[in-house]
Amino acid sequence: MKTTTGTLSVGLLIIVVLLSLTFWTVSMFGRADVNAEGKWPGVDETVIEKYAAVAGREPVEPLINTDQGDLLLFVFAVAGAAGGFIAGYCWRILLREKNGIIGPGS
Amino acid sequence: MQRNKFRWVTKCLPVAAVIALCLFLFLPAPAYAMHIAEGILPFYPAAVWYALSVVFVGIGIFMIKRKTQENRGIMPLLGITGAAVFLISCLPIPVPIAGTCSHPCGTPLAAILVGPFISTVLAALALLIQALFLAHGGFTTWGANIFSMGVMGSFVGFGSFVLFRRLHAPLFFAAFAAGLFGDWATYATTAFELASGLSTDSALWTMFATILIAFIPTQVPLGILEGLFTGGVVSLIYQQRPDLLDFKLATTVITKGEITGGNI
Repeated sequence: MKTTTGTLSVGLLIIVVLLSLTFWTVSMFGRADVNAEGKWPGVDETVIEKYAAVAGREPVEPLINTDQGDLLLFVFAVAGAAGGFIAGYCWRILLREKNGIIGPGS
Repeated sequence: MQRNKFRWVTKCLPVAAVIALCLFLFLPAPAYAMHIAEGILPFYPAAVWYALSVVFVGIGIFMIKRKTQENRGIMPLLGITGAAVFLISCLPIPVPIAGTCSHPCGTPLAAILVGPFISTVLAALALLIQALFLAHGGFTTWGANIFSMGVMGSFVGFGSFVLFRRLHAPLFFAAFAAGLFGDWATYATTAFELASGLSTDSALWTMFATILIAFIPTQVPLGILEGLFTGGVVSLIYQQRPDLLDFKLATTVITKGEITGGNI
């Protein structure tokens, strides 16, 4: 009974997530006026830097400036892959502990 | 033996699907930095935020040391939580109603899993890597970003979770509230940091209100999204490894039936 309820809950959750993602995507296409400018500015531009500029403060170049061409994309790809690997690896260890394959402290 | 092997794979499939979905969502995209950028804050305000953050980070490091000495088994949990904070906090999410992008914090979730002080340390590490290599945030504004995302995100998120659990709220709802209020607290603090660093004394609260209002169209829906995400992940972890959240039993009311999935 509990398993059926659990499966039903997970199923409902998946449906809600899929519907939300669909709504989100459709809404973004609806924002053609924003896309016409070719970008979705971050709140750093629209809020932080805007008010900083009013107060006479401008952002300076980062210590290591990777925001050059596709370099930033490369760094993000490496960081995303490394972070994803670490998360997946640790999650696998946690599941193995659950299944009694290795115990906490081993 | 072979059959047991396949059973293990079948059990792991949903988890692998969730991880794959997360990896897909976290795939790199052009960076729209949402932390306070390098050079925005003047020296003295930046130094004050550094000083405040050092206290929390110091206590967090001490707690990590103590916990890992007590039980090495906590290391994978720290690893997955740190990776999650790093990935979530550099993930730009477009918000259709505002036409802008912003990112969730991940620290409310981390605070529920490992506690608010340790979560602050993980956030500090994530912010340092982002500032150094991803042109995201800044080294001079590291202290301010730690305080807003690490300290406020963790403590408000953790406080909300504990409060709602004490009020006997279902687990998902308590974690949802943690994500929601943790996210909003982070950006409210960012607004205060900017206002206190950039305004003259007389205009502090006016500027704070102006910046806070400017954040609202983006952060209100994003806070709700972070709440849903936090609630979903905490529920999933409870289903898979309820013992990981055992330390919350001392401060929150969780019945046996709930741990086995009855009330999630």
